[in-house]
Amino acid sequence: MATAVMTTLDPRSRAAARGMSDISIRNLFIIPTILFLIVFNIFPLLYSLGYSFTDFRASGNAAANFVGLQNYRTLLNDPFIWNNFVITAKYVVVSVIGQVVVGFGTAMLLNRDIPLKGLITTLLLLPMMLSMAVVGLFWKLLYDPSFGIINYALGLGKFEWLSNPDMALYAVALTDIWMWSPFVMLLSLAGLSAVPKHLYEAAAIDRAGPLYTFFRITLPLVAPILMIAVIFRTMEAFKTFDLAYILTSQPTTEVISIRLYKMAFQEWQTGLSCALAYIVLIMVLAITNIYVKYLNKVKER
Amino acid sequence: MRKKLTGILAGMALTLASGTSVYAQELTIFWAEWDPANYLQELVNIYEAETGVKVTVETTPWSDFQTKAFTEFNAKGSAYDMVVGDSQWIGAASEAGHYVDLTDFFNKHNLNEVMAPATVKYYAEYPSNSGKYWSIPAEGDAVGWSYRKDWFEDPTEMANFKAKYGYDLAPPATWAQMRDIAEFFHRPDQNRYGIAIYTDNSYDGLVMGVENAIFSYGGELGDYATYKVDGIINSEQNVKALEMYRELYGFTPPGWAKTFFVENNQAITENLAAMSMNYFAFFPALVNEASNPNAKGTGFFANPAGPDGHQFAALGGQGISVVSYSQNQEESMKFLEWFIKDETQKKWAELGGYTASAKVLESPEFQNATPYNKAFYETMFKVKDFWATPEYAELLIQMNQRIYPYITAGQGTAKEALDNLAGDWNATFKKYNRH
Repeated sequence: MATAVMTTLDPRSRAAARGMSDISIRNLFIIPTILFLIVFNIFPLLYSLGYSFTDFRASGNAAANFVGLQNYRTLLNDPFIWNNFVITAKYVVVSVIGQVVVGFGTAMLLNRDIPLKGLITTLLLLPMMLSMAVVGLFWKLLYDPSFGIINYALGLGKFEWLSNPDMALYAVALTDIWMWSPFVMLLSLAGLSAVPKHLYEAAAIDRAGPLYTFFRITLPLVAPILMIAVIFRTMEAFKTFDLAYILTSQPTTEVISIRLYKMAFQEWQTGLSCALAYIVLIMVLAITNIYVKYLNKVKER
Repeated sequence: MRKKLTGILAGMALTLASGTSVYAQELTIFWAEWDPANYLQELVNIYEAETGVKVTVETTPWSDFQTKAFTEFNAKGSAYDMVVGDSQWIGAASEAGHYVDLTDFFNKHNLNEVMAPATVKYYAEYPSNSGKYWSIPAEGDAVGWSYRKDWFEDPTEMANFKAKYGYDLAPPATWAQMRDIAEFFHRPDQNRYGIAIYTDNSYDGLVMGVENAIFSYGGELGDYATYKVDGIINSEQNVKALEMYRELYGFTPPGWAKTFFVENNQAITENLAAMSMNYFAFFPALVNEASNPNAKGTGFFANPAGPDGHQFAALGGQGISVVSYSQNQEESMKFLEWFIKDETQKKWAELGGYTASAKVLESPEFQNATPYNKAFYETMFKVKDFWATPEYAELLIQMNQRIYPYITAGQGTAKEALDNLAGDWNATFKKYNRH
């Protein structure tokens, strides 16, 4: 099947002149990639799975002892870890919904003939091109209660965005929304421009209202590509580390990857942190799978 | 083409060959990125001039100092010959064999008496009272306080203070007085606040800050020899100390919930707070007019006493250790022999380093050299430190998890926080069979 898909080598090409066959060219391109994947992804993945059943500590010289499922039991019985998961879930929901609303809304606004459309789009894309650490550092300044420009502009006085435990997580999510809405906007824009114009014309002839047109034409047709954006953003939000780590150190913003980092590289509980990493991996896989199933359903329609 | 390639290869080989032969005598010391590391580089330049051995002080920001050092140790890497490591690492690093045992060196040079006793106890010896030594006290440090002398000496302020509290406004002698002064100067409408304290819970900032209160209230974190914590970490004194720290948090500038040495110096330079907690190592920046516009109006005092007259401070500072995986151990030992000499220690203090040498500390020229050296000298003889067991990082994170929500958000009570902490610590010690 695979060979049937592959086009044969052009007999006049330089590769053919050097006596290379289709197969050797294919191997030349694929084998390094496969090797790379095995060495840097698959091998560490399996190796850390092994560690997750031991009490290994990378900081010590003691041999690793097999402890069975003890690490998983410890983690799932730890109320702090559960709290970290709740925080992460809250963060994912707020930040992804925010990004979809803002990103898709901006795309709708841009999906028409306006002057300087190219320039505006490019400028709007700037946030997602910045480094997470840089964004974290300057939003920390923007949020500052004493001299931050946000409080000044909104007239909020000395409102404490980052040191108020109830507000801090939303402040981090807001920064994430600012940074990644352009990504959703970009994908939505691609989806919107692919909606055939004649559908809108037909709707106009039938005197369909703007809401009706949006929910019956625009949204269903853009949905598959929007779902892809949601999958990416959910995965990323689930793994988020830099922004939350830099902006604040509230226990209410300790998302699971921060806890994982502390466990692995401050406490050096290597075995336990491998187990936690696996729990996170399984969760991300499960969530992604649900999305992909839904995506396929949307595409079938 | 082939000729060119051969030429390049030959050139590279020559560079590598000459590189290893010319610079064989080269040592690398790893430390965190801060002023004392620059002073150390100046000091070791003298060593290079004397012996021809080039010593480089390599640094990394504080936030990933621990992670980077232990990553290198765990990989048994030889990148660093010596490391100026934090006092609480000593258990983890010695038990895992990352540090070279310096007991013989210590005894040979009688360092027990040469260096200030507290520095030997906390930077060098592990386990406590074992007579085994793993590092040479290098940078002594502890927590002290800076304050706005100009605000304190303002006649109107003094009169108002006396009228309100019934005693004279002066640098506080007790934590209760410090609370009054913080309350007195706390005026959010004027953008002026009472006090700046440590609250950063990502490493040891908050814990160190709270330790100042706990130790001066006569409390302890636990029995470091028997690992007993029940009734010690959650003692009545500790509950009171924690409540006091929470109260002081109410007089900090807005948003003071992730603050450590940088922010606490800013509290003085930016006219934010009347008093500010910080390590002595950061005080040089406060007397320097280039980095502190209020340099002339800044004073210093040692950590005040608790209600029963106990007066202790949290220990900072580091000892210098030889890394087991270094390929230049012999050369490193030679360097250390030079480093502990009296004249080197004197020079170290002159450059701005905080020597741990008792002789230099006691000398009047050291004590009069800066406005804070005398407070430093007094403090260095009454310091206490956190646990130094290999699992200290877990203990630290557990303490952060329990006390941070109470201090910054008033969740629960001090007693609940400390009772829960005792439970966490017992579980951790049980896990490592410490009891």
